[in-house]
Amino acid sequence: MKVIQYTEIVDEVSRICQEANFDLAEDVVNAFKESVKTESSAAGKSILNQLIENADIATSNRVPMCQDTGVSVFLVKLGQDCHITGGRLEDAINEGVRKGYDEGYLRYSIVDDPITRKNTGDNTPAVIHIELVEGDTLDVQMSAKGGGAENMSAMKMLTPSAGLDGVKDFIMKTVKEAGPNACPPLVVGIGIGGNFEVAPYLAKKSLFRPVGERHPDKDIAALEMELHEAVNRLGIGPQGLGGDTTALDIKVETAPCHIAALPVAVNLNCHASRHKHFVI
Amino acid sequence: MSEKRIRVPFDPGAAESLKSGDTVLLSGTIYTARDAAHKRMAEQLENGEALPVDLEGQVIYYVGPTPARPGEVIGSAGPTTSSRMDAYTPALLSHGLKGMIGKGYRSREVIDAIQKNNAVYMVAIGGTGALLARKITASALVAYEDLGTEAIRRLEVEDFPCIVINDSEGNDFYESSQQSFSND
Ligand code: SF4
Repeated sequence: MKVIQYTEIVDEVSRICQEANFDLAEDVVNAFKESVKTESSAAGKSILNQLIENADIATSNRVPMCQDTGVSVFLVKLGQDCHITGGRLEDAINEGVRKGYDEGYLRYSIVDDPITRKNTGDNTPAVIHIELVEGDTLDVQMSAKGGGAENMSAMKMLTPSAGLDGVKDFIMKTVKEAGPNACPPLVVGIGIGGNFEVAPYLAKKSLFRPVGERHPDKDIAALEMELHEAVNRLGIGPQGLGGDTTALDIKVETAPCHIAALPVAVNLNCHASRHKHFVI
Repeated sequence: MSEKRIRVPFDPGAAESLKSGDTVLLSGTIYTARDAAHKRMAEQLENGEALPVDLEGQVIYYVGPTPARPGEVIGSAGPTTSSRMDAYTPALLSHGLKGMIGKGYRSREVIDAIQKNNAVYMVAIGGTGALLARKITASALVAYEDLGTEAIRRLEVEDFPCIVINDSEGNDFYESSQQSFSND
């Protein structure tokens, strides 16, 4: 059994919260560079180049690439042979967020109550999903998820007769309505199946996969590629000012579901697709 | 479509001279305000109180910046989604506001109010807060300090880059630019 200290988790979480906001991951930067080559709109090309420049400034000046430093979302895989000492895992993550957002001069974007809306002043609580797995490692993925793209995300309980065509229509409709609001070029996360709470979770989870990586299941991989092309034919383009690069990538995750149901969720992520990872 | 250098607050006639699709470099003074500050301004107008800023000819930038590191003017400072301010915007336009900077679509009511008041809606590139912060040379707190990042600040900007979406003639650059690339 491995013993993991509470304080070690706090420090690692603090570090990745800051790195997520300062250092755009290589998969995203590479996707910008590839898109510059294929984008036919001059304005679109110029925007993509400014995204690359912005990412460079963020890294070298330790300033967030986007002022919306987001909700801190965590996907945690906890090996069941780990023993965490010194405090609770969730507390360690929230303390790491508090520390990282303070030390990194990141923005506090969380209010304590959806109706009365008082800022909590430290960007907590984080959204934390924990899965128990085999082994003795603690695997933590973090995403700083901005409000603009999250607000344009959508979910629908389709029924089986809608079929794959109904799913595709709903995805296109969601991306179209989002237009410039979600800061394209997007990464589009899609969850199909499960039930009312599982589909959005699948969509969110899919966004943690690196841009450009295809699903291991070849049918899902083919669907991802087909949807990516279809979305880019919408013409929305970088920042919604017209062009071919509406999405950098599309991710699909599926799950078994009820005989009466066909849930679909579309979780949009902006080009500031910030995800970092550590393993203890 | 052309690139224009413009002083803000706008001189009379300057907002009307900006056309849908123009690239604009703004220099001068602008004010920040987003959701909570708009709600508070709307409440003050409703109660017949004076706003903390005289809006005549002014430009509001929808932004909630990150805190400045010691020695810096401001942190990251890119635009937030404008549609959340739609409900409050026509009232501000009728109180003299001439320009807005944000990102994303506006409602029909706002587009009409922009035309009626000879104002202009511009966007900056969403998610480039590190780059845009370099165009901000000073920042001072003006009102609603308790709102934190959502307080109203006065910003001095130099060649702050924007694109005109909705102009005083009722044009919409999102509509025209997306249409030309759609193969749907
Ligand atoms: S949608 Fe993303 S890039 Fe755009 S402002 Fe929000 S966090 Fe930043």
